Amino acid sequence: MLHYLLSRLLRAAVSIIMVVTFVFVVLRMSGDPAMVIMGADAPPEAIDAFRKSWGLDQPLWIQYFSFFEAVFSGELGRSMRDGRDAMAVVLERVPSTLALTMPAFLVNLIVGVPAGVYAALHRNSLIDRCVMVMAVTGFAVPSFILAMLLVLILSVNLGWLPSAGQDSWLNAILPIATMGFGGAALLARFTRSAMLEVLGQPYIRTASAKGLPWSAVVWRHALQNAAIPTITIIGFMLGGLVAGAVVVESVFSWPGVGRLLVISVANRDLAIVQAIVLMIAITMVAANMIVDVLYGLVDPRMHGQARPARR
Amino acid sequence: MSAGTADLLEARDLARSYTVRRGLLGRPTAVRAVDGISLRVARGETLGLVGESGCGKSTTARLVLGIEPPDTGSVIFDGNAMPPSGTAAWANLRRRMQMVYQDPLAALDRRLAVGVQIAEPLDIHRIGTAAEREERVAAVMAEVGLQPHHVARHPQSLSGGQRQRAVIARALVTNPDLLVCDEPISALDVSIQALVLNLLTDLQERLKMGMLFVSHDLRAVRQISQRVAVMYLGRIVEEGDPDAVLHDPAHPYTQALVSAIPHPGKTTNRVILQGDPPNPANRPTGCAFHPRCPVATATCRTETPELKPRRSDGRRVACHIAHGEAAAARAPALLETC
Amino acid sequence: MADTTSSTAAAGGSPMARLRSLLERLNRMPILITIAFLWLVLMLTIAVSADLISPYGFTQMDLRNRLSLPVFMGGSWSHVLGTDELGRDVLSRLITSIRMSLLIAFGATIIGAVIGVMLGFVAAHFRGIVEQAVLALVDFSAAIPFLVLALAVLAFFGNSLVLFVCLLGFHAWERYARIARGLAISGRMHGYAAAVHQLGASPWRLYGRHILPNIASTLIVSMTLAFPEIILLESGLSFLGLGIQPPGTSLGNMVGFGREYLSSAPWIMLAPAFVITATALCVSLLGDWLRDRLDPTLS
Repeated sequence: MLHYLLSRLLRAAVSIIMVVTFVFVVLRMSGDPAMVIMGADAPPEAIDAFRKSWGLDQPLWIQYFSFFEAVFSGELGRSMRDGRDAMAVVLERVPSTLALTMPAFLVNLIVGVPAGVYAALHRNSLIDRCVMVMAVTGFAVPSFILAMLLVLILSVNLGWLPSAGQDSWLNAILPIATMGFGGAALLARFTRSAMLEVLGQPYIRTASAKGLPWSAVVWRHALQNAAIPTITIIGFMLGGLVAGAVVVESVFSWPGVGRLLVISVANRDLAIVQAIVLMIAITMVAANMIVDVLYGLVDPRMHGQARPARR
Repeated sequence: MSAGTADLLEARDLARSYTVRRGLLGRPTAVRAVDGISLRVARGETLGLVGESGCGKSTTARLVLGIEPPDTGSVIFDGNAMPPSGTAAWANLRRRMQMVYQDPLAALDRRLAVGVQIAEPLDIHRIGTAAEREERVAAVMAEVGLQPHHVARHPQSLSGGQRQRAVIARALVTNPDLLVCDEPISALDVSIQALVLNLLTDLQERLKMGMLFVSHDLRAVRQISQRVAVMYLGRIVEEGDPDAVLHDPAHPYTQALVSAIPHPGKTTNRVILQGDPPNPANRPTGCAFHPRCPVATATCRTETPELKPRRSDGRRVACHIAHGEAAAARAPALLETC
Repeated sequence: MADTTSSTAAAGGSPMARLRSLLERLNRMPILITIAFLWLVLMLTIAVSADLISPYGFTQMDLRNRLSLPVFMGGSWSHVLGTDELGRDVLSRLITSIRMSLLIAFGATIIGAVIGVMLGFVAAHFRGIVEQAVLALVDFSAAIPFLVLALAVLAFFGNSLVLFVCLLGFHAWERYARIARGLAISGRMHGYAAAVHQLGASPWRLYGRHILPNIASTLIVSMTLAFPEIILLESGLSFLGLGIQPPGTSLGNMVGFGREYLSSAPWIMLAPAFVITATALCVSLLGDWLRDRLDPTLS
C-alpha cells in the first residue's frame, strides 16, 4: 500500500510539473511574457521591473526554474484590467463557484447513483428505459442549451425563477439544476452498466443459488462490487463539473471562476488565465490522486497497479 | 548425438528469470524460469523436451529462438551466435527457424485469409515472385494436408486440426532448418492429436529438419523424438533415448512421470508425488526435486546434482541416487516395480 | 473449437460475405437507429451541398425583415426559419453552420485518432521510458478538463480556424492512445502478433497489417463516441464566443448570438440548438449500437 501511495504521489507530482511546464511553454511561445502579462500599454519601467523580477534577462533554463518558484509562491502576475494580484482576483471568485459546483455534485450523486442501480435491477422495465433516455439526453444536450431552455421556460415564459445574477439563493437553482442534470445522467448510465456487469458475474448467481434473499445479494455483493468502478469516474465527473461551471456561469452571469476565465480569455488577460489554469489543474490532479487512493483502499485487488482507464 | 560443430542448434547454460511483484508492498522477487539449461539439436534430429507446466519449457523454446534474450548463457545456431531480437540479422534468421504454437487460433490473425498468412513469411523475406509464392503456398498446403479451397478461408472457419495445419504450413513455407513446436497438440481434440503428431513426425523425416518438440505428454514425445530431455523447475534432470528413458527412467521425477502414464488393463504401482507442486519463485535448495522425492537423502537437500552420464549405461541424469553417490532413503523397491 | 461466434465469422469473411452481413445488420437495425442513421445522412447531405441548397447567402442582410417569425410560428415562407436581428435568413445560416461544425468535428476526430493511435503504438513498441513518457502525457490530459486547456491555448495564441481544429483534435487523443497501447501490448504478448514477430516481420508490418486492422473496430467505436463530444465542445467554445469568429458561423456560434434574443426571438437559438442536440444524440446512439455489434469487450 505504501508503495502504491508513493507511486501515486509521484505521478501526481509529475502531472503538476507537466502542467506548469505546459503553461511556461505556451507563455513563451506566444510572445514576450512581459508584454503578454503586463499588457502592451504598460509603462516601460513597469515592464522592466517585471522582467527583472521574473528573471527574463536570464538564460531559459533559469527562467524555467524561477517560473516554478513564482508559481509555488503564488506570484502569477497582475490582472491587465485593474492591476490587482491575479491570484487574489481568482481566489475571491472561488466561493461563488463552489456554491454552484458542490450542490451540483451532490445532485449528481443523489440522483445518478440510485437511478442507475434501480435501472440495472429492473432491466428493460419502463423505468429502466426512462433512465436510459434521460441519460442519453443528458449527454446529447450540451449544458449551454439546457441552461437556455430552462431560462426560456422557467424564467421567460413562466417567470418563476430569475435568469441571471447573484441576488438571492433563487438565482442558484437554475445553474445547479443544469450542472446536476448532466452529471447525474452520466453517473446513472455508468452505475447501471457497472451494476449490470456485476449482476452477470458467477458469484452473484452462486450467492442467490445458495438461498440468500435477493435483497441481501444486492446489498452485500452487487452494490459493493459495483461501487469500485463507479469511484473511478468521480474524478472524471469533477472535470465535467469544472467545464460545466465555465459554461453555466457564463450563461447565468454568475460571478465565479468559470466566467472570469471566459472573460479573461476574451480580453486576453493572460495573468488571470494562467492563474486559473494552474489552480484548476492542481485541484484536478489532487482530486484524481485522492480518487486513486480511495480506489486502492476500496478494491482489495489493487496491488500496486494503476486503476483501469476511466472509460 | 553428433559432435558440437555439426549441431544445428546449441544452447549453453541458458538462464532466464523474471521479476514478479507480489503482495501489497510489491517487493520484487526473481522467478528463475530457466536455470542453466544446455541442449543441442543436430540436423534432422528431434529433441523432445518434457516437463509439467511451469517448469520453463516454453521459456526455453523462446530463448533458443532468440525471441527473448537469456540472462546468461548463449544460443548458437548453425555455428553462429544468435543475434539480438529485433535486429535485421535476427529477422533474417527467421526464415531458417520457425515455430508452431500451442493455440493455433491465437497464433493466426483472424482478419486475414489462411492463404495470405501462410504466404506472409515469403512476403516478409521477399522470397520469389507473386506467382512463385502462390505456387509455394499451394505446395506447402498440400504437404500439411490442407485442401486448396482452404486458401481463402479465415482461421475461425477452420477446425482446430486444420488451423494447426495452417500454422505448420506457415512455419514450413520458407523451408526452415529448425522447427520449434511448443505444445503443438495439447490444445487440440484428442482425436486430432494423433493426426497432427503423425504429420509432424512425417514432415520432420521427409524434410530433414531439426526439431525441438516441447510437450508435457511423454508418449507424444516418445513417438516423435530421437532424444528426450526431462525438465524440472528450469533444469534438465534426465536426457537420453526415448524408449530407454520410458522403460527404465533413472531420475525419480521421470519415474513418477512414467508411472503416471495410464496403461490399459495393467495395474502398476503409481508413484504418487508428495509435497507442494513446484514453485519457481521459491526454488528448494540442493536438488530442486528433493521435497517431493520419495528417496531423497540429506545430500539431496544440500548439494545440487550435476547432469552427467551414468556409469552403467551412459544415460545423462542429474540425481545423486541414480549415480550411486548417495544411498536411497527409503522405498527403492517400490520404484523398481514400475 | 466452439468459440467461433457468428459475428466474428461474419466480420472476417470474404468481401461479399462481409457486404451481405452488413446488409443483414442494417435489416436488423432497430427503428431508433434507422432514424439516427437517416438524420446523419441528411446532415451530411446538407453539409456537402450547402452552397446549392441554402436560399440566401449566410451573411446576406434583409434589413426590412429583421427578426421575422419562422413559418411554424406564423411567419412567411420567404424565411422558413425566420430571420435574426440583422435580417439574415436563419435557415441559410443554419445550413452553413452545419457544414462548418461537421467539418471541424470530422477533422478533429481524425486528428485525435491518428495522434492517439501513433503514440499508443509507440508506447507499446518501445516500452520503458518512452512508454512512461506517453503515459505521463495521457495522465496529464486526462487530469485536466479539456475545455480549460483549450481556453488557455486560445487565450495565449488567439484564434484561427486551423488552430481551432488542431486544438479540438487533441480532445480524446489519450483515449485512443490508451486503447491502442493496451491492445497492442496484449496482442504482442501472446497470439498472432507474437507469431508474426517471430516470422521476422518489421514493426511497420506488424502494426499496420496486423494490429491496426484487429483493433480497428474498437477505434471506430471510440471515434463515434468522441465525435459528438467534439461537436459539443466546438459548439460550447463557439457559444462562449471563443471558437469560430464572425463572420464565420457555426452551430454553437448561432446559439450564442441567439442568446441575446432569447425572450424576443427564441427561434434564432432553437433551430441550431435542436440540430446540435439531435446530431450528438444520433451519433452517440449509432456509436453505442455499433459498439454492441462490433466490440462487446468495450464497456
